[in-house]
Amino acid sequence: MSERETILKVEHLAIQFGGLKAVDDVNLEIKKGELYGLIGPNGAGKTTVFNLLTGVYKPTLGRIYLCGEQIGGKAPAEINRKGIARTFQNIRLFHNLTVLENVMVGLANQIPCNVFESILRLPRHKRSEREARERAMELLRVFKLDAYSDYLAANLPYGKQRKLEIARALATNPKLLLLDEPAAGMNPNETQELMDDIMFVQREFGMTILLIEHDMRLVGGICEKLTVLNFGTELVTGPTAEVLANPAVIKAYLGE
Amino acid sequence: MEFLSALLNGFSSGGTYAIIAIGYTMVYGIAKMLNFAHGDIIMVGGYAMFVSLMLLNQPLLALAFAILACVLLGITVERLAYKPLRGASSLAVLITAIGVSSLLQSLAQIIFGAAPKMPTRFMINGTVVLGSFRINYSTLVTLAVTVVIMAVLTVFVKYTKTGRAMVAVSEDRGAAQLMGINTNRIIAVTFAIGSALAAVAAYLMLMKAPTLSSTLGAMPGIKAFTAAVIGGIGSIPGAMLGGVLLGVIESLALSVPKLAPFTDAIEFAVLVVILLVKPAGLLGKARREKV
Repeated sequence: MSERETILKVEHLAIQFGGLKAVDDVNLEIKKGELYGLIGPNGAGKTTVFNLLTGVYKPTLGRIYLCGEQIGGKAPAEINRKGIARTFQNIRLFHNLTVLENVMVGLANQIPCNVFESILRLPRHKRSEREARERAMELLRVFKLDAYSDYLAANLPYGKQRKLEIARALATNPKLLLLDEPAAGMNPNETQELMDDIMFVQREFGMTILLIEHDMRLVGGICEKLTVLNFGTELVTGPTAEVLANPAVIKAYLGE
Repeated sequence: MEFLSALLNGFSSGGTYAIIAIGYTMVYGIAKMLNFAHGDIIMVGGYAMFVSLMLLNQPLLALAFAILACVLLGITVERLAYKPLRGASSLAVLITAIGVSSLLQSLAQIIFGAAPKMPTRFMINGTVVLGSFRINYSTLVTLAVTVVIMAVLTVFVKYTKTGRAMVAVSEDRGAAQLMGINTNRIIAVTFAIGSALAAVAAYLMLMKAPTLSSTLGAMPGIKAFTAAVIGGIGSIPGAMLGGVLLGVIESLALSVPKLAPFTDAIEFAVLVVILLVKPAGLLGKARREKV
């Protein structure tokens, strides 16, 4: 296979909270279209890495390149516009908006129309609203959520809320999609469905995906490459099967 | 008959409270702060109208000028006084808002003097007579303006990109940012809308009672804040409901001679009772803190 374009490159990433090095010298390189897993025991710093990548935290040290551009330390909204979107470990949908409106919020930067055009209800307002509605419905259809488009997000069943978060993130038109424990709290059937969905997104959208997960069946089933974190540092990086067979990884998870 | 006209007057003054309360509640919901200077924006709107009336002698042009002036003032105050405190403790922001409030009042006194101005040109006199039933024109105008504003605002929040972004920011600012929403811009738009409504409220107030002083917005501001809390602060329909409810209670109390002197006391007592029964206000949602 020819050399694929690098989407995300992380060099010597570190953040310190007081005396605690939550993440220390983490390096990642993710190629276009790759499905990459970030795993590790609880408290290993996985979500902290996501927060650094998306601008919630500013790194103490290190660099983050998205398609060659340094984005480390930029504001979350700017990083999202540059092309990183995410979901959350504890679902953070906009509960007072409908399913459709949640996705439309994600589309906000994709469809031009400013406040004055909206207040004056100029033709461009109507056009952009219609376009947003159509594109949001398309995304909902992909995740089989179109029948629920008028439900308040809070009233969706749990598994569908997780899917809606992925749809909302995709609506921002990212180059890289970060999924934070997408299978958390799902039963085996729902997890299987989710795996199919993630692979569908990778295939159909050509999406590059980095995911955090505890469910080893999911990780082993869909990730091509893994990085294992332990105590904030990188333990092993490599192809999935090799990493999961690595004695150091088994030790980190199960102890001696 | 008297009851009916008191009720109608109540809806009308309640409409003015609602328009002011919307400003409090939107800023609280989206910027998570109590803008205690909101009432003083009304006062500045009053003086802006007064000045432009002197220059142009056109009440409606004066209103347009006041809306513009208030929007600019609201955005400037937010940018200079509140934005640097984003992430500071809510007490620091509250004190700053109180500081802005007394700054605006003092400036108005320095510029225009302490004696009230009487811009009677804004008054709308005359009554509609339906049999034995008499309604002031000003009451009808206030009612109409309130209904239109509420409808436009509801449509704006529900059916525009910016409106949806406002709901998103008010619910989860962090998640909204991560979806690419420029929260600073959304907060600025919120202040602009609240301030424009304050200017409209100034017009409605001067239309009924043309007494313009540096404390024009003080009492209506506090009443409207009460209305916002009654309705559930952060909720726009709540502010509308709370405002109208407060106006009706006020008007009914005023229409009974024995109760009239205790009108303010009755209004705030209603606030206490409602908060005892529903601590989050009538339409407010109890907030569950994330652990």
